[in-house]
Amino acid sequence: MIPELGHYALMLALGIALIQSSMPIIGARTRDPLLMSIATPAALAHFAFVAIAFAALAECYVFSDFSVLNVFENSNSQMPLIYRLTSVWGNHEGSMMLWVSILALFGALVALFGNNLPATLKANALGVQAWIAAAFELFILTTSNPFLRIPNAPFEGRDLNPILQDPGLAFHPPMLYLGYVGFSITFSFAIAALLEGRIDAAWARWVRPWVLGAWMCLTLGIAGGSYWAYYELGWGGFWFWDPVENASLMPWLAGTALLHSALVMEKREALKVWTILLAILAFSLSLIGTFLVRSGVLTSVHAFAVDPRRGVFILAILVIFIGGALSLYAWRAPLLKQGGLFAPISREGALVFNNLFLVCACATVVVGTLYPLALQALNGDKISVGPPFFNATFGPLFIPLMIAMPFGPLMGWKRGDLLGAAQRLLVAALLAAVAVATSFAISHGGPVLAPFGIGVAVFVMAGAVTDIVERTMVLRLPLHATLRRARGLPRSAWGTAFAHFGIGATLFGIVAVTAWGSERIAEVKPRQSLEIAGYQVTFDGVFNRAGPNYHDVVGHFTVRRSGQIIGVMEPSRRTFPDREMATTEAALMSRGVSQLYLSLGDATKDGSVPVRLFFKPDVLMIWLGALLMFCGGALSLSDRRLRVGAPRPARAKVKPALQPAE
Amino acid sequence: MALWIVFALMTAAAIGAVVWPLARKPRGVAAGNEVVVYKDQLQEIERDRAAGLIGAAEGEAARLEVSRRLLAAADMQSAQASAPASPPQVRWHRRAAALGVLIVLSVLPIGLYLALGSPNIPGQPAYARANLPPGHESIAALIGQVEERLARNPNDGAGWEVIAPVYMQLGRFDDAVMARRKALALNGETAARDADLGEALVAAANGVVTDEAKRSFQNAVGRDPQNAKARFFLGLADEQDGNRDAAAAKWRAMLKDAPADAPWLGLVRTSLARVTGQPPADAGPTADQMAAVQNMPEAQRIAMIRGMVEKLADRLHADGNDVEGWLRLVRAYAVLGDSDKAKAAAAAAKRALASHPDEIKRIDDLVKGLGLEG
Repeated sequence: MIPELGHYALMLALGIALIQSSMPIIGARTRDPLLMSIATPAALAHFAFVAIAFAALAECYVFSDFSVLNVFENSNSQMPLIYRLTSVWGNHEGSMMLWVSILALFGALVALFGNNLPATLKANALGVQAWIAAAFELFILTTSNPFLRIPNAPFEGRDLNPILQDPGLAFHPPMLYLGYVGFSITFSFAIAALLEGRIDAAWARWVRPWVLGAWMCLTLGIAGGSYWAYYELGWGGFWFWDPVENASLMPWLAGTALLHSALVMEKREALKVWTILLAILAFSLSLIGTFLVRSGVLTSVHAFAVDPRRGVFILAILVIFIGGALSLYAWRAPLLKQGGLFAPISREGALVFNNLFLVCACATVVVGTLYPLALQALNGDKISVGPPFFNATFGPLFIPLMIAMPFGPLMGWKRGDLLGAAQRLLVAALLAAVAVATSFAISHGGPVLAPFGIGVAVFVMAGAVTDIVERTMVLRLPLHATLRRARGLPRSAWGTAFAHFGIGATLFGIVAVTAWGSERIAEVKPRQSLEIAGYQVTFDGVFNRAGPNYHDVVGHFTVRRSGQIIGVMEPSRRTFPDREMATTEAALMSRGVSQLYLSLGDATKDGSVPVRLFFKPDVLMIWLGALLMFCGGALSLSDRRLRVGAPRPARAKVKPALQPAE
Repeated sequence: MALWIVFALMTAAAIGAVVWPLARKPRGVAAGNEVVVYKDQLQEIERDRAAGLIGAAEGEAARLEVSRRLLAAADMQSAQASAPASPPQVRWHRRAAALGVLIVLSVLPIGLYLALGSPNIPGQPAYARANLPPGHESIAALIGQVEERLARNPNDGAGWEVIAPVYMQLGRFDDAVMARRKALALNGETAARDADLGEALVAAANGVVTDEAKRSFQNAVGRDPQNAKARFFLGLADEQDGNRDAAAAKWRAMLKDAPADAPWLGLVRTSLARVTGQPPADAGPTADQMAAVQNMPEAQRIAMIRGMVEKLADRLHADGNDVEGWLRLVRAYAVLGDSDKAKAAAAAAKRALASHPDEIKRIDDLVKGLGLEG
């Protein structure tokens, strides 16, 4: 009965979404408070029924109900509980359910906490949100239904794709979807503003926390996916410029631009039209990402199963929403009032600079990702746009952005003092120069540009620290005064510093590991040693180990540094009989922020095994940086959380309902 | 019945939740307005000026900008307040909206459910299957016991005979082939055992009748010319070799001397229809019988073959170096009548094998042979 309840709940949710997508919008047009007021309970009811559907599906997975086709195809009763749960979204149908569930959750949150929005804006935004939900629910029910049944349940399921049997699956897709779907809120608000033909002053204040939240989740989702690929796929890369990765990078770049332009809009009401466009683009790119990954245009681990009907349906959703939104934008945007004025050299100007470069970088990724696909569709030519293209285009766009980044927070609103900012960044620049010189001195070989990359990274990190130092006057005031100032500093200022520092850290890691990483590929016999970056790795032999639904052939390696044993590494080849597939389980050993990385090939008859051994200097900086960006976002968000509540008109004067970031 | 009652309750809850605001008196909804925001902005400018984030002159300019907007917003607010919606219009809207909600929420979900739902299939979670009375242990445990016994006594022909169909059901086709071979060797060759081995070989080859499988079926037919399974698969072998007429002839012969209640009638009819391009011939059993046999084995067969093909596809997308696998996949899609997927698989194969021109040529040859070009 449970799967049928879920199925019906999803159908009811579609019905509610259709009501929510029409009546409040009619209400907003006719200024009828009654019709507009349907939006709130409808959004809440919609979430309730989608949640029932999702919970029902999860129940089927956790308790291995193989009378559900989707569960039979992607699960196995022998898997540990965590994978039985995560396999809910480890397949196409279930992942679309997760998508819609998050969408419904966000709709409900807007309904609950949106009391400080003008009524028409709220009604329109919830209506647009319901359009998206209805489109995806229809998609699920007609082409990707997870609730289809098998009359006679098979004894055992076909197991989850082994590559996905990893804790990463518990984390990466939900985070990524929180990001993608988070941008749907900004999209809905943008469309709502265009429908009304005016942007309310509260618009940016209300939208920015959503952008911030979505951006945080997307950052962590991308970083998580990158780390997962790094340790699971067995060749030690962290980013491949694969179209599927680009699909998540594009909304991230647009979202980062949106985050900054919304700041200007919130503070000065400038860049309104541009911000609306970015809000539309960020979600459009999320949709394109979903299309690329889900339609089977690309074959990869993410494509799960390929069905042309799904591709056509998502393409239709894409065309209607993106095309519709951009047409509405072209028609309505000229009606929007212009906001405040500012000089080119100012905080606003710096943010415009940021936007310009981020959007160009985003455009290069879009071109590099879509052009080969378009070419292939037009004349069947298969061209490969790989790292060389992106290194030659994306890199040069990001370097000026990085160099300019520390200047932004040091400049005043409306009219800034570039010279003053430069003077204050002198220490950071000196540190960067020292870093360049040091890396030249200690590096043996590697690209000539690498030390400059390190220099830029250090400049960005030192610049982020400079901002905090300047504002707390660490060296100029006694300690207690400094601490008081530090406490008094808005959390959003700390957030900016953390996030900017994180970018620098990630850049540092990327440069270090690409320039100075080393690799050994060899076939080793027992008791044979490999030498890498001062470590001796000795192969002791292989042994077998059984898991719940797999068995491992494990290689045992002892790691020494100048004769001292510092640990053991046990990479393995893991075979899953139910899927007749094998995966490579690499072994990682962290040394500070650097890592030794060892992956195993198939053992040969004479007892020797092929291995790939890498030394990855500073590789963890890449993901620590992303974590810092996330923390920065969280700090900035926590600054605002208490203030984004329902205002009480009587007290509004005393305590502002909404406050912008610094 | 309980299911429909729960559905009715859910529908009622949904309608109630959405109609509820319509039943209330329209009142001023708590909503923000712009005036408050602009007043905040004025305060912030003061704050920024105190913190040195904006210059004095610029701060003054910003204050003027915001003040202008504040005045405009205040004007607009008072204009709106003086023009509320008229009561008769509200009442009309309320009724229309309530009716709309009622219709959409009661008709649409039930309509969809009748089209897509399976109200008659009970849920069968693992705990329900495991909670059988004592003596009925779980299938996995039973398999484990049989496997253990066979490991101790690999010459137990009856044991291999028992476990083979279970392996087939579980989709462990390689194990099934092994079990069928043992059964054949230990219990002596019969037409049925030859045919069963052939079937397992076909399953292990993702639905393709390999030469080895064909030999098994020929052995079976040699022993018993009436063996239906072997005859069917020999027809399938002809079809996969591109010899549709031979396949059709074999299957027609099967139908001619078939008993009226043979369970495989539907499968043979649909296969015949596939190669001849004509709808299945009627005549023979009653409509009920037809429906029963036609649905059951065909659906199962298709589901099985599709499962196998997808498994192969999964494996090839993970590791694309297996040219034989790609050839099998393209052929399997073509046999299933899914030429789009066959073409897509051929394209994916060529990408995966990009560095091996010889193997790409084999893929191309197959694509030409199957008539998938253009």
